[in-house]
Amino acid sequence: MAGQVGKQVMLPKQEAFKMSLRNIRIRFGRACIVSSSVLLGVAFLMSIFTNTVIQQALLKNGPESIKVSLAAGASDSMARDIWLVSLSLLVCVVGITNAMLMSVTERSREIGTMKCLGALNRFIMEIFLIESGMQGLLGSLAGGLIGGLGMLITYLARYGTVILNYIPYLGLLKFYLFSIILGTVISIIGAVYPTYLSARMEPAEAIRREV
Amino acid sequence: MPKEVVVRTIGVKKNFMLGRIELKVLRGVDLEVSRGEYISIMGPSGSGKTTFFNMIGGLDKPSAGRVYIDEVDIAQLDAYELAWLRCRKIGYIFQTFNLIPVMTALENITLPMIFAGVGHDEAVDRGLKLLEMVGLKERVQHKPFELSGGQQQRVAIARAFANSPAIILADEPTGNLDLKTGKEIIRLLKEMNRNHQVSVITATHDLKMLDVSDRVVWIRDGQIERIEERANLDIKVGEVEGE
Repeated sequence: MAGQVGKQVMLPKQEAFKMSLRNIRIRFGRACIVSSSVLLGVAFLMSIFTNTVIQQALLKNGPESIKVSLAAGASDSMARDIWLVSLSLLVCVVGITNAMLMSVTERSREIGTMKCLGALNRFIMEIFLIESGMQGLLGSLAGGLIGGLGMLITYLARYGTVILNYIPYLGLLKFYLFSIILGTVISIIGAVYPTYLSARMEPAEAIRREV
Repeated sequence: MPKEVVVRTIGVKKNFMLGRIELKVLRGVDLEVSRGEYISIMGPSGSGKTTFFNMIGGLDKPSAGRVYIDEVDIAQLDAYELAWLRCRKIGYIFQTFNLIPVMTALENITLPMIFAGVGHDEAVDRGLKLLEMVGLKERVQHKPFELSGGQQQRVAIARAFANSPAIILADEPTGNLDLKTGKEIIRLLKEMNRNHQVSVITATHDLKMLDVSDRVVWIRDGQIERIEERANLDIKVGEVEGE
């Protein structure tokens, strides 16, 4: 019996998901703040997408009166839009990093305890990254809807229901999916650094750390 | 019966940097613990007992010296092996209980089993048995904040026994408990120690602990001051406890 050390410790994906979900459910307020950061960024992104898609569709196939009105207002603002969107997403990442830094510091003792119980650094990272990814997913789902619908309503208000015949819904859906994926990915990226920092602490150090 | 050594430390030293000053917390500690032994590490606060305890548990790395657990030098282990060791060979009990706050009592106990690869149903089965053993059968679905300090520590003890470890490390297990609850926890630890042939090592300055210990290791200024056998202790216990 002496001298035998094994290697196998595991955290099945299903369990990791369960733990992350539970963390989100119980610390719902905190999760909402992280999600809302993604929500705002993605809403902005999606509103720009929707605007571009609808505008182009109307310029191509729309009624003459709308075309004229659009052409007068349309400028070459594409570059500026891209710049603004990138900036907003960057702010979003920083916001998430900040929130996750708080979150892992707050739960330092919990992390240390899990490591005492046999968790690898990787398990800790998995749990937190899944958590952040899910928060991002929720935020992007809502943000994409809000941004897209918001822009659609603006167009409806300006030009009336006639434009509904010209909107490429499939194209919008594609952009919506893209926004959701992007939102989820950036919230995972934002969480990598804080999670890495706390996962690699020695358990004694993690438990000792007072917040 | 030949003594089987489960923990052996040789010249363990630990220094901490406090700003630019080097603080020598442990100055070379040698100790052997046999299977099934109940050891108390006593000493005033700041004597280095918690630090020593962390070294034995593989929770922190010594600056010099070696720590062997079951004859394996833990400095030689990679991250996987160390995690495995913490998961299966050692059970930890803390002064502040350190239960995962978002999990129920049962989930806290089954967590190390999940890490060890035990299936869900078996883990729940074993978890329930352990909870019954520590007398908390009625509290299975309670969260830590719904439990009293003593109950939380019982859950922690059950969790420490989850994967039938060879060693239980308890850092001030009664430090946050009142006299009566503390006594119950000590009795429970001793019971588990006797029934499961587990070595129990506690870092403490709770004198109630002397009564159940096989040996008491006194640490002062990062060194072992003296080691006393149980037989020589009995008279003193009555004196210091004064009940």
